[in-house]
Amino acid sequence: MSADVKVLVAPRDTTPNALTAALRKELLLQWRTRGQLMAVFVFGAAALLLFSFAIGPSAVALRTFSAGFLWLGLLLSSTLTLAESFHIETEHNALEGLLLLPADARALYYAKAIANWLQLTLLGAALVPIMVVLYDAGTSRLPLLLAVIALGAAGLSAPGTLYAAMTARLQAKQTLLPLLLFPLIVPALLAAVKATSLVILGDPMGELRSWLGLLAAFDLIYWSLCGLLYGRVIDS
Amino acid sequence: MEAPFVSTHRFPWVLLVAGVICLAAGSWLGLFVVPAEHYMGDVQRIMYVHVPTAWTWMVVVLFSLGSAISFLFMNDLKWDTRMEAGLEIGSLLAFLLCCQGAIWAKPTWGVWWDWDPRLTSTAVLLFAFLGILALRKFVDDPTRRAIWSAVATIIASIDLPIVYFSVKWWNSLHQQQSSPETVASTFHLPLRLNAIGILLVVIALLALRSRVAGYRLREQLAEPPSFITSEPTGELA
Amino acid sequence: MARRYGPRWALSGLTLDLPAATAVMLAGKNGAGKSTLLRILATAIKPDRGTASIDGFDVVRDREDVRKITALLAHQTYLYESLTARENLAVVADHLRRPRTRVGPALEQVGLASRADDPVAEFSAGMRKRLSFARLLLQEPRLALLDEPYGALDPPGFDLVDEVIASLRRGGATVVMATHHWERAAHICDSAVVLDEGRLIWQGAAADSLAHEPRWAS
Repeated sequence: MSADVKVLVAPRDTTPNALTAALRKELLLQWRTRGQLMAVFVFGAAALLLFSFAIGPSAVALRTFSAGFLWLGLLLSSTLTLAESFHIETEHNALEGLLLLPADARALYYAKAIANWLQLTLLGAALVPIMVVLYDAGTSRLPLLLAVIALGAAGLSAPGTLYAAMTARLQAKQTLLPLLLFPLIVPALLAAVKATSLVILGDPMGELRSWLGLLAAFDLIYWSLCGLLYGRVIDS
Repeated sequence: MEAPFVSTHRFPWVLLVAGVICLAAGSWLGLFVVPAEHYMGDVQRIMYVHVPTAWTWMVVVLFSLGSAISFLFMNDLKWDTRMEAGLEIGSLLAFLLCCQGAIWAKPTWGVWWDWDPRLTSTAVLLFAFLGILALRKFVDDPTRRAIWSAVATIIASIDLPIVYFSVKWWNSLHQQQSSPETVASTFHLPLRLNAIGILLVVIALLALRSRVAGYRLREQLAEPPSFITSEPTGELA
Repeated sequence: MARRYGPRWALSGLTLDLPAATAVMLAGKNGAGKSTLLRILATAIKPDRGTASIDGFDVVRDREDVRKITALLAHQTYLYESLTARENLAVVADHLRRPRTRVGPALEQVGLASRADDPVAEFSAGMRKRLSFARLLLQEPRLALLDEPYGALDPPGFDLVDEVIASLRRGGATVVMATHHWERAAHICDSAVVLDEGRLIWQGAAADSLAHEPRWAS
């Protein structure tokens, strides 16, 4: 009995899946534009300096509010980095080019949000020494502080990436992005400031856990919600 | 997307008149007839407006959220007109709530703003809604404007309870402060009258405002010049 | 099919059938609706009225399927300024789930092999156009939609475009090309479609089109 035997030998699949492909692109782009991140860091450090002038030379006051200043500085800096992350996509309409390949919109969102999150975490970490010096806000619990910064940055990045996508092509993008983003991230800001404060100044009543919980819940809700809605936002 | 249908019946005007009558009656009762509250005095009378405004505001926020979700699922611009009305009226009510809260706080606590969780979350949502209204001003394409503001409205509305809880926790570290509460049953009649009154007025305003939005959209999405299907004049090779 | 931008209808009342494996020239003045039509076929935008189908796939309902078999060469280059030519194509290859080894040959085909590792920011308009072509070739489309393919190119570039179109056709693809270069296109295309103010006003053999509307001949 003879049979036509067709053996399909699939080539070894070395090609990445949608999220990996998008992530590789984002990280490469971030590496290429790292000079800009440097400029944003200087902006953030300058903001921290200005805040200290607004308070005056009271060491106690500076130390008490150091967490708030750090997060305000990071929030202001985020409007720059988030906007820039979409400027490169709209410059030559590269985002549309990817969507037409076709590329999965959700994967594109999460890759961009992850990249923005990494960038903000890095920025936050870089601002910590500035905070320590200007406000005498040192702490020995550095890993915990970095974890809090990472969680807070995630809260900024998810909705920030979505709104940056929306406002990228609008005339008033510089005003609209913060206008839309700031009211939204109030819970994340509150929780991040509180948690950071507790790490720096001490946590006698053990509240850190509940604030980190709030932050984590906020992150979870917004990473899922924004990912779900992104497809509709970048549709033409 | 197709232009939305705009209804023309007079019912909203009826509601408006009825609502104003109820509001007038309830306010008169609350301001002049009902005795002053035992502990807080005349300042407490603001509750007769504040509490109904707060209830109605919650209804409007839910209405906006519902309209936003409906639009995303049904792609019918009439939901966008309703959402636009909800956003504007919701912003107005939120602003009124903040003013009422400040008016109550100053004589009671000596400060204009007391970081009460309810008022603070109202203020945050006020800014969120104003931001969405600003966004709408800058997007020309009606479909894109509708989609984006629907997405933003959903995100802002879901944020509201989270803001409330975070401010509540944050506040619990400071002294407990509260905004006016309903107390004894003698105060129920003016409260209920005002609640119905404000609700009727707001429903009427929502209906009328969404009609305005509908008319504007119809103008923007006018019919095309008559379609002419041209006959090909040559053979395709 | 119809499509509007605010109060202006860019396409109105267009009905068209295009056979497979041909090259079609899309002609008409600026603002005639050529780009809009191409973008609708590429699923970059949706028609407001009516619909289009490509190989049986509907551009609105089966968008993903249409995108898999079409490729658009748009006015905008879809490039990332800070990446090199090679990297730009690698990003495309990754998203297409194709191996990166295809990038080199694509660059060679468009004559950019020597500039492969230079950042796009340093490229001239003509080089960017060539890179856009390489990008299109990577997609291996069954329907290639070219919006002003000759734009920004020099005469050797024109020949490149003709070669690319020829190689696409050899592979069995259909090519729809919107262009102002009437004569050149008429020589390499099989048929022509002329639009004016969003309406189809003439359709026929490409060679005949020249005779039909001489005032548009460049």
